[in-house]
Amino acid sequence: MKKRLSHILNWILLAGSTFIVCLFLAIILWDIFSKGWGALSIGFITNYPTNGMTEGGILPAVVGTVMLTFITTLFAVPLGVACAVYLHEYARPSALTNLIRASIRNLAGIPSIIYGLFGLALFVQSLRLGTSVLSAGLTLGLLSLPYIITTAEEALKRIPNSMREATLALGATQFETITDVVLPKALPGILTGVILTISRAAGETAPILFTGVAFYINGITTSVNQEFMALPYHLYMLSTQHNAVEQVRPLAYATALVLIMLVFVLNVFAFVIRFKYRSQD
Amino acid sequence: MTTGKREFLDKLFKQLFKVAGFITIALLAGILLMLIANSISFFAKISPVDFFTGQQWNPDKQYSILPLVVSTGLVAFGSMIIAVPLGILSAAFLSEVAPKKLQAILKPIIEMLAAIPSVAIGFLGIVLVGPAISALFGTQNGLNALNGSILLAVMALPTIVTISEDAINAVPKSHREASLALGANRWQTLFKVTIPSAVPGLIAAVMLGLGRALGETMTVLMATGNAAAIPKGFLSSVRTITATIAIEMGEVPYETTHYFALFAIAALLFIISLVINLTGEYFANRLRKFQ
Repeated sequence: MKKRLSHILNWILLAGSTFIVCLFLAIILWDIFSKGWGALSIGFITNYPTNGMTEGGILPAVVGTVMLTFITTLFAVPLGVACAVYLHEYARPSALTNLIRASIRNLAGIPSIIYGLFGLALFVQSLRLGTSVLSAGLTLGLLSLPYIITTAEEALKRIPNSMREATLALGATQFETITDVVLPKALPGILTGVILTISRAAGETAPILFTGVAFYINGITTSVNQEFMALPYHLYMLSTQHNAVEQVRPLAYATALVLIMLVFVLNVFAFVIRFKYRSQD
Repeated sequence: MTTGKREFLDKLFKQLFKVAGFITIALLAGILLMLIANSISFFAKISPVDFFTGQQWNPDKQYSILPLVVSTGLVAFGSMIIAVPLGILSAAFLSEVAPKKLQAILKPIIEMLAAIPSVAIGFLGIVLVGPAISALFGTQNGLNALNGSILLAVMALPTIVTISEDAINAVPKSHREASLALGANRWQTLFKVTIPSAVPGLIAAVMLGLGRALGETMTVLMATGNAAAIPKGFLSSVRTITATIAIEMGEVPYETTHYFALFAIAALLFIISLVINLTGEYFANRLRKFQ
């Protein structure tokens, strides 16, 4: 009897902990969906904010976030993949290679706000790009770099060496082997990493605070050297900085919902690609 | 394409790929240089003794990091009190108890938690956790260290669960079998053999979760009230290092003492995260050798 009781208690302890962790996610999603859904419409995404941002939509923030993640991707993906190619296809074990790997690991652990400071010092001030969507996108690109390198290298590791050897034996140069055989084969794996990076970059706020995000802009951002609005910053602003915080709560919920749906769609997309790719092996 | 041209391309791109590799070193060096140079400019004006031992963070009058460090430590410590037991027990459930099918459902759910943007979690701190704390403890508003700890626990949990699970999985099967053969039941085996054997990996999990909690900006900025005084307890409003940088950097004039001060606290944050991440990595490497 006592044994049976202790078995049940132990089981409850472990399953209960897991249940609580899952409950956190359920509460987050339930609260945002139930309270954000009512204020959400197509018009909310395609309209400009009006009346001191107490009414209307979030079009400038959507445009800003899309431009921002586009710049981030354009900058970080080629550089990150090139670095992964160097590490996996060219570099031999040496003190220098170890230094590169140690740098990547350390970069991954640096708090995002420090990337914000670095973006401010490098892009905004030293390179005179000003507070702009370009500066912010490049800053987020630097933040994403270690992540892209790691996922791209994982994808390269999955390509069997025999494929490289076969191509080289046919007389192709190493560069041709990489562009014609290795990278196309590794593409789904790299793509998964890229999509997850975009999803993270779209939700980041701290690195863009000083590098170009704006409380409000008139119209939408049309050029890379302009300031921009972004979904996560818009949510932060609506929930803490707005002078009618209670009144704009429904708009804040709807913005949170748009942001979460964007992130989830990207994650599902990455999950599907990974699943298809893995089942091919 | 002629052979000469092909060989030229091959050599050219070999160098270009190499440059991409070196950029990571340059980036880390650049961040270090920025933090060091600006910190030197700061300590040229303010003595390190005041910086480390003063009582107040009150820009233009006194720059003392103590309230910010205590705040950061308190919130992070609170988050670990919540997240470590929950995370390790969940990991034990996932790897040792849950049937395979349940495991396949639960793991993506926990990973999904990691995908939620920090600003959305901070928002829930304001609209959900804050009012709950204020109703439970009768505080004026629920924006305090406890709120921040709860939110950071949620954010650190996916990291802690995932790495703890790897650590528990890495314990050789023979350990469990030996324990069961000696007559221990599955719970005794789990708590007295499997989990203790996984301790190095569990330390890595906690360190990496703690690193995430310490470096987080938006959730603490939104949920902890941001009073720059030494906190009295979990129901005090606190201001972390990250939140201070986020609040003040947007408004300080370029290259003033206040500007340099924010880089100096960023340097301290960098050192703290580095030590924690390196400790985590040291234990994670031991785990890898174990496997």
